[in-house]
Amino acid sequence: MAARKTTKQTNASAEELKAYYKDMLLIRRFEEKAGQLYGMGLIGGFCHLYIGQEAVVVGLEAAAEEGDKRITSYRDHGHMLACGMDPNGVMAELTGREGGYSKGKGGSMHMFSKEKHFYGGHGIVAAQVPLGAGLAFADKYKDNGRVSFTYFGDGAANQGQVYETFNMAALWGLPCIFVIENNQYAMGTSQQRSTSSAEIYERGLAFGIKGEAVDGMDVLAVKAAGETAVAHCRAGKGPYILEIKTYRYRGHSMSDPAKYRTREEVQKMRDERDPIEQVRELLLTGKHATEDDLKAIDKDIKAVVNASAEFAKNSPEPALEELWTDIYA
Amino acid sequence: MATEILMPALSPTMEEGTLAKWLVKEGDTVKSGDIMAEIETDKATMEFEATDEGVIGKILIAEGTEGVKVNVAIAILVEDGESVDDIAAPAPVAAAPAPAAAAPVTEAPAAPQVDETPDWPEGTKLKQQTVREALRDGMSEEMRANDDVFLMGEEVAEYQGAYKISQGMLDEFGSRRVIDTPITEHGFAGIATGAAFGGLRPIVEFMTFNFAMQAIDHIINSAAKTLYMSGGQMGAPMVFRGPNGAAARVGAQHSQDYAAWYMQVPGLKVAMPYSASDAKGLMKTAIRDDNPVIFLENEILYGQSFDVPDIDDYTVPFGKARIWRTGTDVTIVSFGIGMKYALEAADKLAEDGISAEVIDLRTLRPMDAPAIIKSVMKTNRCVTVEEGWPQGSVGSYISSVIMQEAFDYLDAPVINCTGKDVPMPYAANLERHALITTDEVIAAVKQVTYK
Ligand SMILES: Cc1ncc(C[n+]2csc(CCOP(=O)(O)OP(=O)(O)O)c2C)c(N)n1
Ligand SMILES: [Mg+2]
Repeated sequence: MAARKTTKQTNASAEELKAYYKDMLLIRRFEEKAGQLYGMGLIGGFCHLYIGQEAVVVGLEAAAEEGDKRITSYRDHGHMLACGMDPNGVMAELTGREGGYSKGKGGSMHMFSKEKHFYGGHGIVAAQVPLGAGLAFADKYKDNGRVSFTYFGDGAANQGQVYETFNMAALWGLPCIFVIENNQYAMGTSQQRSTSSAEIYERGLAFGIKGEAVDGMDVLAVKAAGETAVAHCRAGKGPYILEIKTYRYRGHSMSDPAKYRTREEVQKMRDERDPIEQVRELLLTGKHATEDDLKAIDKDIKAVVNASAEFAKNSPEPALEELWTDIYA
Repeated sequence: MATEILMPALSPTMEEGTLAKWLVKEGDTVKSGDIMAEIETDKATMEFEATDEGVIGKILIAEGTEGVKVNVAIAILVEDGESVDDIAAPAPVAAAPAPAAAAPVTEAPAAPQVDETPDWPEGTKLKQQTVREALRDGMSEEMRANDDVFLMGEEVAEYQGAYKISQGMLDEFGSRRVIDTPITEHGFAGIATGAAFGGLRPIVEFMTFNFAMQAIDHIINSAAKTLYMSGGQMGAPMVFRGPNGAAARVGAQHSQDYAAWYMQVPGLKVAMPYSASDAKGLMKTAIRDDNPVIFLENEILYGQSFDVPDIDDYTVPFGKARIWRTGTDVTIVSFGIGMKYALEAADKLAEDGISAEVIDLRTLRPMDAPAIIKSVMKTNRCVTVEEGWPQGSVGSYISSVIMQEAFDYLDAPVINCTGKDVPMPYAANLERHALITTDEVIAAVKQVTYK
């Protein structure tokens, strides 16, 4: 495992720290609001919240450059907000309205933005892994110096297509960062009950793919690891694996009775490891911000999130003609 | 400001639930993430978390209450120092707008418009080519014209193609554009689809379509559905191609015809050429198409020669059937290798004085239904011919279209000639019986013409 930068050796300026704080808080508040709208029946079907995992996408986006691509699973709201997609468009997609990123036709699990190089939003566990390598294939073919962040879960890491992809990505030297968001559970199945190896990233060794485990509750550690991975890919050295150890606070989806773990386990994580609290402390102890500054940030974010909820409630349902459009280009 | 805490929907199907237990009491302070209550749904007992900060001002629904409807206020949250009495009358809960009426069913056209222009003008210079050569020429011409087009698959490059379709292409285009893959259908179909999302135009060769079953998730869930799921933002302009259907004596796992499977999927286009000119012209159209195209070839046809127009940039549009033979007594509809039996049967039927019109659909999605309907309106009888299995066949779909759009014109039930409803046997005699035969087509025509 590469030497991990801890929050004690800060690799970010005060301004950067504040930006990560804001980005993570936006995701948290947005997800809380989504949970609320779900409870009110305004969001239907599956809805997978990202609460607890915010440092993963925010840390990696801090290492990305314009034009880099990203693709993930159904647990995708955080990725979209972190790469700069509009909260209004994301929330309105959750409510299935015309103003949503997919005009209401995709839903929580299926959103895309060509402009922000966000390639979805995929509902079949691990399908995004070869798709992400394919994005990297296109970049290599065009020789444009871009990298692709391909996110998937600890559960997804047991699908065969992941290893088919590792093989080809290594064989062809694709500029692809495989990001395993190890939140320790695949629905109700813990990693120990599903996965033969304790360190999933080590599976890459069999294909000659370098990788490392990263503390996913520490946004600065994630950023540092992201920078290593990006540099590796941009130097033409092929793919890289980041196994980011994180934790989801909420249920798998909205209808998860959560009997597979104790309330204490979740509470301990929240109390001791919360990624937002960690940065908050850094900001306060480093005197980069006062309590009042942070309150003001919180207030601004709440306003953005509330506005997105209003937008998502007021945007009309898609016109019936939309049923028949976008089937063929 | 005081806010109401509403009974949440905790699953996609929940309409009401039991408020099993309160874990907070009036006067307690809660913050986002604290568990406030246990709620029993139709499926399980779930914990209900607070999403806002505040003090529980009043509990409105006592624990143990059953049948609490979703969105009913169950408690009131106040800010520190605020009293419950400050709350105004509860505002009605905003419900999702009611779904509007279903889309109207489109009506069948009375007299179908059919494009019957010939594929090439009278007097065009023709050359004899095999289907194999025609496919290669179609791909190579498009690769010369557009650098975004590339070919990938097992043995396509150095080996020159398992069935020699890509013969010479590695030499011409190099290993950047003609790419040997490991044996990993699921993986490379996914990578190719991702490359298409990323702006390239891949041609994926499956050594045969039997192996594409390993990849069908990417073909359908990733390639065919993304344009729709993204509200039109991005799709997969690509071709999945390779031999489909029975070869000869290769047994059950190597002999399936997938025409009916892929034809069912919105978002895919499906081409299944019979002749060499169609193989070339449809291939060029498929590569230029901005949608995922399933291109079903046939090993037995690869070596057969046909006239191919000797002109620059010969293309065949999708959704336009070809009438190989005009006739008045019966319409025989087929595609791919089924055309061989259809045409042989028509020749023999002519000797018996029965005049068959033979239609080659060429593409199954889009399907040129107007060409079928127009012909059936003339002949009043129809027989379909395909190699695939009977249940849920292409022919059964055609029968339903004819029944809905030309019922009054039919003088006999439509007969579907198909492969037998069995896995393909290996024994030579059994395999012959399992496949569709020219004699069966002749018998079906005689049955519908009451001859
Ligand atoms: C191929 C497939 N199998 C099963 C499912 C149902 N399913 C959805 S999410 C999930 C668990 C995945 O866990 P993980 O990869 O760890 O991701 P996380 O939800 O923790 O982010 C399962 C089994 C599916 N969507 N696709
Ligand atoms: Mg997981």
